[in-house]
Amino acid sequence: MAANESYPEDLLYHAEHDWARIEGDEAVLGVTWFAQDALGELVHYEPPSEGANVSKDASYGEVESVKAVSDLISPLSGEVIEVNQKVVDAPETVNEDPYGDGWLIRIRITNAAERDELLDVAAYKKVIEES
Amino acid sequence: MRLIYEKSQAGRRGSAIPKPDLPVPEVPAGLARKQPPRLPELAEPEVLRHFTKLSTRNFGIDTGFYPLGSCTMKYNPRVNERVVGLPGFARLHPLVDDDAAQGALELEWELQQILLEVTGLDAVSLQPAAGSQGELTGLMLFRAYFADKGEDEQRRKIVIPDTAHGTNPASVTMAGYELTPVKTDARGNIDVDDLRGKVDEHTAGLMLTNPSTLGLFDENIEAIRDIFHGAGALMYYDGANLNAVCGISRPGDMGFDVVHINLHKTFSQPHGGGGPGGGPIAVRETLAPFLPVPLVVKDGDTFRLDYDVPKSIGKVRAFTGPFGVFVRSYAFMRAWGPALREMSEVAVLNANYLLARLKDAYDLPFDRLCMHEFVLSARNLKREHNVTALDVAKRLMDYGFHPPTVYFPLVVPEALMIEPTETEARETLDEFIEAMLAIAREAADDPDVVKEAPHVRPVQRLDEVRAAKQPVVRYQFEDHPAVRGAGDRQLEAQKGA
Amino acid sequence: MTHPFLSLTDADREEMLAAIGVESIDELFRDIPVGVHFDRELAVPPALSESELQRHMEELAAKNVVDEISFLGAGIYDHYVPAVVDAVLQRGEFLTAYTPYQPEMSQGVLQAIFEYQTAICELTGMDVSNASGYDGTTVAADACFVAKHATGRSKIVVTEATNPQVRQVVKTYAPGFGLEVVEVPHDGGTTDPDRLREAATDAAAVIFQQPNFFGCLEPAPDLAAAANDAEALSIAHVDLVSLGVLEAPGNYGCAMAIGEGQSAGNAMSYGGPHYGFLAARNDYIRRLPGRIVGETVDAAGKRGYVLTLQTREQHIRREKATSNITTNQTLLALAGLVHLSLLGPQGLRELGETCMALSAYAKDRLQETGLELTFADKTTFKEFAVRVGRNGKHAIASARRHGVHPGYALGRDYPGLDDSLLVAVTEQRTVEDIDRLVEALQL
Repeated sequence: MAANESYPEDLLYHAEHDWARIEGDEAVLGVTWFAQDALGELVHYEPPSEGANVSKDASYGEVESVKAVSDLISPLSGEVIEVNQKVVDAPETVNEDPYGDGWLIRIRITNAAERDELLDVAAYKKVIEES
Repeated sequence: MRLIYEKSQAGRRGSAIPKPDLPVPEVPAGLARKQPPRLPELAEPEVLRHFTKLSTRNFGIDTGFYPLGSCTMKYNPRVNERVVGLPGFARLHPLVDDDAAQGALELEWELQQILLEVTGLDAVSLQPAAGSQGELTGLMLFRAYFADKGEDEQRRKIVIPDTAHGTNPASVTMAGYELTPVKTDARGNIDVDDLRGKVDEHTAGLMLTNPSTLGLFDENIEAIRDIFHGAGALMYYDGANLNAVCGISRPGDMGFDVVHINLHKTFSQPHGGGGPGGGPIAVRETLAPFLPVPLVVKDGDTFRLDYDVPKSIGKVRAFTGPFGVFVRSYAFMRAWGPALREMSEVAVLNANYLLARLKDAYDLPFDRLCMHEFVLSARNLKREHNVTALDVAKRLMDYGFHPPTVYFPLVVPEALMIEPTETEARETLDEFIEAMLAIAREAADDPDVVKEAPHVRPVQRLDEVRAAKQPVVRYQFEDHPAVRGAGDRQLEAQKGA
Repeated sequence: MTHPFLSLTDADREEMLAAIGVESIDELFRDIPVGVHFDRELAVPPALSESELQRHMEELAAKNVVDEISFLGAGIYDHYVPAVVDAVLQRGEFLTAYTPYQPEMSQGVLQAIFEYQTAICELTGMDVSNASGYDGTTVAADACFVAKHATGRSKIVVTEATNPQVRQVVKTYAPGFGLEVVEVPHDGGTTDPDRLREAATDAAAVIFQQPNFFGCLEPAPDLAAAANDAEALSIAHVDLVSLGVLEAPGNYGCAMAIGEGQSAGNAMSYGGPHYGFLAARNDYIRRLPGRIVGETVDAAGKRGYVLTLQTREQHIRREKATSNITTNQTLLALAGLVHLSLLGPQGLRELGETCMALSAYAKDRLQETGLELTFADKTTFKEFAVRVGRNGKHAIASARRHGVHPGYALGRDYPGLDDSLLVAVTEQRTVEDIDRLVEALQL
């Protein structure tokens, strides 16, 4: 049921195991394969509200499995324009497809310069190795 | 097995209430109950049978070996149950005048004296209802002490090792402090070099269990004491592991300023499936002015409650605390006397014996003698056979044992934390050793029998994911229309009228 | 070293030391620095054999006075505890079990807690109950913690007519939680909803007691509405024994219901151990402190029970936990469940009615002798306040000389009520007992 381990090349990563897909002045955010594997099957997603502001390196919500709760750390600052209701209804979607159907929020980016501080795939894989 | 609600039948009852020949006043319509609560309707014999049957689906220390680490599952003496039920204790109301409670107050005072001797400190409050409440109370005392000196704003940090029990960081948050973690070194002691850089004038104190949750006595405790006291900070002792050192080493002498004792661990209050417990705290003289009210004091030959404690933090629980727990713990202490030291010696002997016989079949994270408990890792079984600590725990059930603690402390992967206590017989320890060795062999030869365990309990492995995703936390009468409560029948009767 | 609790023989000890590879037990403690060795004998009272211990404990118990005809209540009550409750608590599989972290070993306790949670929800009209808190005071602090995180606000409003120890414990916890506590004075024995509404602006929660500390029935639906109007969580502190005749808080708009469970199933025992209960609307299920048992199925599809939503608890979330509570009061809550199961809905109703009938008789007879009720125009449940014409403490001393304890001196907590006693009448009292009370207060 859980996806195979992968880290797509076209994403940018944060050391707290979150990813960002930049689409113009918007970004889609989620958690990586490593995060969902560490947590186990997700049972609950506590999202932010649409219109809320999120800040780089700060928590914007929570995901929960039987054994742990994890803060969702935002890789970028912005305004929430959409929450993935599919994950709210079926949190295990994140385990099955962490980069596709398992996306968590879409934001309007407020500080484009922040993307330079994010990690590429190679750098993120190093973070995992050192974990 | 059916729920008691599923055994309910309209019109049955297990009680007869005295009915005086007097009119019953009316409750104003806006405040009166409209629908009766759907409590069970069974006659007395069926109620007793239901709970008796439930108890047979449970496992206690009375049933068998229960080696949960840091829980100290020792024999609960039965005479304690008899004496706690004496009418002079059971029927005593907590708000009587002190003259009517001299026996209770004397017992509390004597209990306090014994706790002072065991901890090596100066004053006691019996009030906290459990170890974690003792922790919170202790941290409140820290805040009051520093506030009194004008240092509360400046000192916001509590240092906690990465091996700490989960209550410690939670207590830190509830007390309004911030957490500073410190690492454990390769010998299982606090890493003193890491510590030195983290303690300064912004530190309120340390929370530590000693021996730690690894079952190891911190060899650097004197250096640690100097670091904290040197910075003007305090030290809090989590008494969960006191069973290792009663009469052998005292937390007050180690440098701790506040200590909580778990009466339901070291001093035999039965765990009751999750409580009650008792978490009294002992403190150094300097912290005594801030203790919760009331204090239990001795005036000549009589005992009384003292509410005149102007700098007290207030109250953390009603009355003087869980008195029935005090009765049992005091009785336990009187059954041992000074031989409480031997109690700890045998606890440590039993643990080291198990460690010596198991450390080759399992992974040993720290190669030292242990205290009253020790931690092994099933990491070797996971690596070689994909059998985890959880699997080992479930398979032990088939051998008739309650599993040890698993996946704690967090610094050891696939952890198995084992505490036998002093009341286990050598033969029981040998049987447990045989079972653990057998399971290690099964992991290699027949891993499925381990991974699908338990096979002989009333239920197999339970789906905890489902329980968390779709929480069903009460019986839903609406989902079971065949079971009708008193209220439903009343409604139907009204409709029919 | 022999002791009836130890199996260890000399032969055992020798063989075990050899297996470990040390010469003596002292060697096992070699990691303890010399500077913290305790080198003398513990100065504690000498060990007693079981028969000596029994005698010693009986002597201590005999120094307590428990044979007065007592009308003392004020939060802890002399209700009858049926023998079946004791029989169930003495089952070793319940008494000596640990918290049910290994569910396959603990289906007995887990199912019992599930049944208890159901009973509390039924009584209070709520969706979820935890497995118990320490007592009726700490659950109020727990509820404040929930309210703070649910609303983001930091003011707690509590009525003055709420149990003084409940208020004191809330105030002790408040600074650590970053909360401010505001009290609303009572008006002739109950609370004015408009006064409460005013105080509740920007509050995280409003706590009121029903029946209140004076035994009076509050206008509870109006108090809940006043809190809800201010968008504060309405929290009712209630008496389980009253919930056969009084409406459930969940049915008049409350967000949470809390209280002291002792009246259902526990001996008074000088104040503990007892159990606090805490129940809430489903909205708060993930914020609730304490253990919660949930239903699930096993690998073969059979129904079973587990601790659930454990990630809220201290052992996983650690510094982000909803509480630090670990050991709670399971055995006492089990006692409550057994008692409620014996009572059933009909018995619970009759219990409430008997308490009301007897306390009404007491009120009438006391008034016949010329005493005034402190709050004469208020309806009460099983307790009421009466003015005794002198300092309440003196009335108590004098009545006790005649074998009657007439009640609680309200002057201990409420300035201006020095001459009032709080008289509790449970089903354990008879008409003759009440007649003795009336006589004793005239002397």
